[in-house]
Amino acid sequence: MKPLSYVCARTVAEAAAFHGGRPEARYLGGGTNLIDLMRMGVERPDILVDITRLPFDRIEERTDGSVRVGATARNSDLATHPAVLDRYPVLSQALLSGASGQLRNMATTAGNLLQRTRCGYFRDLSRPCNKRVPGSGCAALDGVNRDHAVFGHSPHCVATHPSDLAVALTSLDALVELVGPAGVRTVPVTEFYRLPQDRPEQDTVMRPGELITNVLLPPVPTGADSRYRKARDRASDTYMLASVAAMVHVEHGVVKHIAVALGGLAHRPWRARRTEAALLGTKPTTETVEQAVEEELTTAVPLRHNAYKVELARAMAREVLGSLTVGHRKP
Amino acid sequence: MEALHGRSDGGQGPGAQAARPGATDSRVTLRVNDATHTVELEHCATLQEVLRDSLGLTGSKKRCDDGRCGACTVLLDGRRVVSCLLLAVAQEGREVVTVEGLAGTPGAHDSLHPLRRPSADRDAYQCGYCAPDQNGSPGGTQNGAAGQPMVVTDMELPENVPVLLTPAEVLEQLSGNLCRCGAYPSTAGAGQDVIA
Ligand SMILES: Cc1cc2nc3c(=O)[nH]c(=O)nc-3n(C[C@H](O)[C@H](O)[C@H](O)COP(=O)(O)OP(=O)(O)OC[C@H]3O[C@@H](n4cnc5c(N)ncnc54)[C@H](O)[C@@H]3O)c2cc1C
Ligand code: SF4
Ligand code: FES
Ligand code: FES
Repeated sequence: MKPLSYVCARTVAEAAAFHGGRPEARYLGGGTNLIDLMRMGVERPDILVDITRLPFDRIEERTDGSVRVGATARNSDLATHPAVLDRYPVLSQALLSGASGQLRNMATTAGNLLQRTRCGYFRDLSRPCNKRVPGSGCAALDGVNRDHAVFGHSPHCVATHPSDLAVALTSLDALVELVGPAGVRTVPVTEFYRLPQDRPEQDTVMRPGELITNVLLPPVPTGADSRYRKARDRASDTYMLASVAAMVHVEHGVVKHIAVALGGLAHRPWRARRTEAALLGTKPTTETVEQAVEEELTTAVPLRHNAYKVELARAMAREVLGSLTVGHRKP
Repeated sequence: MEALHGRSDGGQGPGAQAARPGATDSRVTLRVNDATHTVELEHCATLQEVLRDSLGLTGSKKRCDDGRCGACTVLLDGRRVVSCLLLAVAQEGREVVTVEGLAGTPGAHDSLHPLRRPSADRDAYQCGYCAPDQNGSPGGTQNGAAGQPMVVTDMELPENVPVLLTPAEVLEQLSGNLCRCGAYPSTAGAGQDVIA
């Protein structure tokens, strides 16, 4: 690893000043992604600003029924928080399906959201990669792209976002709270991640020097239920090939609220808006659920090696949505 | 990574110096196995490297160096973590326990720490390389997992009933600890003895 400066910030103002919005500066959360990438030379910061001692490690239930999750709360604490287990099971299931016990004890909320892609070419300094070196090309486009995107990709980048947490938060319409030189702003997680277009080096809409301080989970309607299902190469400790997160509220058989996010299929968690639109306000049956899933999946554009992801997503989405809608009415 | 990152004075240090602007190293006070060490270290040194190279605590191993295998597992403030992805400089004031810290109580009837006894009884290892982390991980699990749901947890079980971990849950808890000899049936059995 390249020698570098290290400072531990005690206040947000101090963190911002140390960082200064410089491209060579990085905030340090749990370090489980950043240190790994630094060791490979993919990341080469000259200063790390440690933010793990800022007062953002709390998970707070608020009177309006929302929950505020601090940026440095550890993934293991978030996954097992009583309010999360009770009201946002999708979130707990997503976190517990990722990484290992050791890593979840280290990883922070914000660091998890900002982890970089697992595209093998991004992590291999000897290969062209527009995300790592803008303008150098994309080795995955005509290379081995089994792990890559089937929605929203561009000729500049076909990578997927690896975070299970991000997929769950997308199904919850969570909000990301940011502090930066221009002040505080709140961005819906559905607008937080970018598609690659011609600037794949930019994963999110964050501005230079901005710090994530909290993530806000909106209140859940009484009676709503949520689930996460993930397909991966091994039963534990590995990334998604595809995943489905869904939050559904069914009342007297009618779908009052539905949000479906697909993971592992795009540069950002993919909201299946067509599926949602097809089911909202209806009394779903097994057949209409299958049709609704199809509405979204027919728009997929698989690459050479990853058509199987559409199959995986189809089977999981049918099962998850079936259980939350049709299955919901069974005694 | 460069070879050596730190030098220990082995004693009670004055505490961390305020980081000097632009400096790439610092003097840091670390708490390891109930002892205080003041070390000069490069900021890019991982906790694993400082434990092994500067403090001579070679119990936690260096294998994958990217967080996957668990060979470098230690307890940090009572929770298990992988020391290969932690910067040592950032751990000031936190309590680190390595497998060397899991010693038996002097004078006690059993010379082995309770976390280590089950794997000894079961002759759980082949080469033993993974023994330090397979011993330590259930310790961190004990502190953290009792009654906590996991991805393999059967959520239909009645609430508020103290449930022992199922074999599947023990395996899930230990899935961040790889054994290159594939001695899982006995390492998992030992884990089960400790956790469940
Ligand atoms: C073996 C292994 C298996 C894994 N499996 C999975 C898996 O199955 N699913 C999954 O989702 N993840 C998985 N992960 C990834 C893991 O979840 C991430 O590495 C972790 O969540 C990152 O969090 P962190 O706090 O350690 O981030 P860090 O490494 O500290 O930071 C990541 C990035 O975020 C920036 N950052 C951190 N905090 C802030 C902030 N508050 N504001 C602004 N910027 C910030 C950092 O500068 C850095 O660029 C795995 C990792 C490993 C090593
Ligand atoms: S898919 Fe994206 S991350 Fe992977 S090589 Fe292409 S540009 Fe790089
Ligand atoms: S050496 Fe740290 S997890 Fe493998
Ligand atoms: S016994 Fe050899 S690595 Fe586990």
